[in-house]
Amino acid sequence: MNAIASDALRPELPLAVSEAGPAPKRIVVTYGFWVFILSDIVMFAALFATYAVLVHATAGGAAGSQLFNQVSVAVETGCLLLSSYTCGLMSLAINAKRHVATYAAAIATFVLGAAFLGLEIHEFADMIARGATPQSSAFLSAFFTLVGCHGLHVTVGLIWLAVMMAQVAAHDFTAAVTRRLLCFALFWHALDIIWICLFTFVYLMGVRP
Amino acid sequence: MNLLGKLDWSAIPFDQPIIMGASGGMILGIGAVLSWVLLKGYVPYLWREWITSVDHKRIGVMYIVLALLMLLRGFSDAIMMRTQQAVAAGGAQGYLPPEHYDQIFTAHGTIMIFFVAMPLVIGMMNFAVPLQLGVRDVAFPTLNSVSFWLTASAVLLINVSLVVGEFARTGWMAYPPLSELQFSPGVGVDYYLWSLQISGVGTLLTGINFVTTILKLRAPGMSLMRMPVFCWTALASSLMIVAVFPVLTATFAMLLLDRYLGFHFFSLDAGGNPMMYVNLFWIWGHPEVYILVLPAFGIFSEVSATFSGKPLFGYRSMVAATMAICILSMLVWLHHFFTMGASANVNAFFGVMSMLIGLPTGVKIFNWVFTMYGGRVRFTVPVLWLIGFMVTFVLGGLTGVLLAVPPVDWQVHNSMFLIAHFHHVIIPGVLFGLFAGYTYWFPKAFGFALDERWGKAAFWCWFIGFHLAFMPLYVVGLMGMTRRMQHYDNLAWQPWLLVAGAGAVIILAGIVCQAVQLVVSIRTRDRRRVTGDPWNGRTLEWSTASPPPAWNFAVLPHVSDKDAFWSTKQHAPAARLQPAQARAYKPIEMPSNSPIGFVNAFFAVIFGFALIWHIWWLAVVGALGGFVSILAFAFRRTDEIEIPPEQIAQFDRAHPTEFAA
Amino acid sequence: MSEVQYGDPAQMNALHDRAPGDQPAAPEEEKSSGVLIFTIGLFLAVILTATSFWVANTTLLWGPGIALGLAVLAIAQMGVHLVFFLHITTGPDNTNNVLALAFGILIVFLVVAGSLWIMGDLSNMMPSMSMPVR
Repeated sequence: MNAIASDALRPELPLAVSEAGPAPKRIVVTYGFWVFILSDIVMFAALFATYAVLVHATAGGAAGSQLFNQVSVAVETGCLLLSSYTCGLMSLAINAKRHVATYAAAIATFVLGAAFLGLEIHEFADMIARGATPQSSAFLSAFFTLVGCHGLHVTVGLIWLAVMMAQVAAHDFTAAVTRRLLCFALFWHALDIIWICLFTFVYLMGVRP
Repeated sequence: MNLLGKLDWSAIPFDQPIIMGASGGMILGIGAVLSWVLLKGYVPYLWREWITSVDHKRIGVMYIVLALLMLLRGFSDAIMMRTQQAVAAGGAQGYLPPEHYDQIFTAHGTIMIFFVAMPLVIGMMNFAVPLQLGVRDVAFPTLNSVSFWLTASAVLLINVSLVVGEFARTGWMAYPPLSELQFSPGVGVDYYLWSLQISGVGTLLTGINFVTTILKLRAPGMSLMRMPVFCWTALASSLMIVAVFPVLTATFAMLLLDRYLGFHFFSLDAGGNPMMYVNLFWIWGHPEVYILVLPAFGIFSEVSATFSGKPLFGYRSMVAATMAICILSMLVWLHHFFTMGASANVNAFFGVMSMLIGLPTGVKIFNWVFTMYGGRVRFTVPVLWLIGFMVTFVLGGLTGVLLAVPPVDWQVHNSMFLIAHFHHVIIPGVLFGLFAGYTYWFPKAFGFALDERWGKAAFWCWFIGFHLAFMPLYVVGLMGMTRRMQHYDNLAWQPWLLVAGAGAVIILAGIVCQAVQLVVSIRTRDRRRVTGDPWNGRTLEWSTASPPPAWNFAVLPHVSDKDAFWSTKQHAPAARLQPAQARAYKPIEMPSNSPIGFVNAFFAVIFGFALIWHIWWLAVVGALGGFVSILAFAFRRTDEIEIPPEQIAQFDRAHPTEFAA
Repeated sequence: MSEVQYGDPAQMNALHDRAPGDQPAAPEEEKSSGVLIFTIGLFLAVILTATSFWVANTTLLWGPGIALGLAVLAIAQMGVHLVFFLHITTGPDNTNNVLALAFGILIVFLVVAGSLWIMGDLSNMMPSMSMPVR
């Protein structure tokens, strides 16, 4: 039996996915991005593990129960969750190639994400003003790094979203632009998933002394 | 505010003649090569065909060239250490003061792991995997170029550290608290950290690239269980890269935060925990050695089958063993710090897991032996490397099983016994494997074979030199010698270290043989031109011309069995010489070249250098430059070029498929 | 000579896995059901979040059970996000995506649980100090 270059492809035999040849670009790109997101989650896991190990190393200073503001966290959570929802609506609009709906959902996502960031920066500034700086204890170093890393990812996401809207305006919904928007949506939802872990394991478990 | 941060003329070590000599030599060498390229007018060719290339074959070759060049630097460090230890006994102080010696052993480990072994492995995967899978390129060709150039940026920074500033003195693992600012106030640790963060990004992207390629881009009919074993090992290695490099990134980021912003992750005060660094580092560090060795094992699988003229014995068990090692390698990391105070339960768990991981490796060794048994073995240079590996690696692995027993490890941890062990596995395992792959795939990449005699000479020098250099280290380790000693008082160790020094010189001869081999092979290449299939190969890369065209395959092969190429040769001799006119060629879309990898790397070097020397405005320039160039790239309108059918037909006519008899 | 076109959409789309994050249904009829899926997901996530906040602050639950309860709620909400926002299902067209996710979860577990076990053990083995840590 020929192993290669057979003259007659036998179409009547159903091909398994693993034998169907190279996948279309949309699948290849999004799968690759999915793998990237998983690697990013592993990086967060290392930061989480460090936080968990250092959570009691307050060096006599403030602990989470004295510093965390649940109202602020609740509002931040609401903003990010809603922005995930509007991002989902944006994905639907992109699939339907509806420009106005896309821009509207994107703006909503951006505003909500920016609100999240604003609240978080305010929270950090507040803590620093009260003397709870990341330089004062291992616990605070770990806290600021873990939560700050997530905030940095949100910032990168917002910049990316803005660039993508510029791309939609400049190139319309080409295959490349649509693939990138699909990747952005994956990224944005993943950030909300990481936030679930953050608000649960850092804030809610931290408010109890 | 100082415009140049911490940088001033005192950064150049004018008072250290050895470093100045090495720097001068390096600058002269680079200058000579650059001048030659410029004067001969090669720049447009290099820019068009190599620097901006997104072709996996070109990128693979560049990785290997980079690695071999860094082997020279890493080995220079090795020879310096061996000669220093051979003489610095008792009253003699040797020729390297401790401050310099410490940088040498740090640079040796860092360069050999990150800038020799990793690029060699990644280069081999780059070159061979798409060809073996029967496809035209990896999943993300431009990202591939970015990965390579980020690695090259890191190499540049490490080499700059020789001339401007200093390198870390902490050992290649850079444990805190020694690596914290308090105890390493200079720029050395910063060079180490920023170089590795930059190359770490490149490596992670490569991992993602290859996982996606192997899982989503294979020729039609090539199910996973019909893939060559090298592709399986590449998959396992890439999965491990994706799994553990983010941990290293996070760990180095935390150390950087400690050093730059005064955080307390690993400090001695304010609740910091240096052991957490050790823990996280080895979560990365142990899988890292398997990231290196698994593709080397894959190369051995290909070589043993091809040169025995038989299919690989035990394909399924090979695949199972590979994936078992992939998972098990993430369950053993504490064996690197058995002595750091964990309880018996913890030590026992990791000790048992470390012994278990020898089992799948043993399965592989048996499979290679049984592959060769009953075959018509051709003793080519790759087979010499294979046999040298098998006899040497097994013993090295056995010392690993010894070390896996915590009470034994407590006696020899951080002694020369440990040094001997890990060189005993990494040199035959990784280096011999990569040398075999280099010889095996060189003809495919360049259209002519390497000189056999110089190859055999190189092998014997390496094999004999390796044993002479490292077996005595077991002895001095058991006699109580710890690692990283610049000087020692126990004269009983010296004879052994003299033998080890001699061994290093013989290895040097081996490296010289390899350099001569390359020069001789290039000069006499017309005598050693090869067809697409010089070794009577079994896998798909041998069905292409040597070198393959940019598009690899005019028509994607349809695969129905393992060893796809071999079955064709056996069962359809008439179909081979298909007249070119009978084929209907379709145009092929290939990704277009892009300078983004090179440009990105340029800004990465600026960014890294600026941060190392605290030149904040320059760091902003570097970051912004990188961002703007990515933006410019994102808005390009054409990302593919179309290769017309006539060009493909012309190539096929010029290179009719010829199979080895 | 027949050959398979690289990524020929007509043939390939029917066979290959779904792209992670991509919509499951055919484009024409999914628009309203798409919004419905996202809205249900949002609704469930809000409930789980509110419950988490309540659990963290209530005195009605047994103390040590609170941490477990929070963890369960968090895992449930991550599941809601995966299913309703990312459309990761257990269907055969999603196998590769789920396998990759499972691999990621395994690594996360090893890193976090492994670190906590080892570092906790090291801390337990340290001799107790008479002076308080400053």
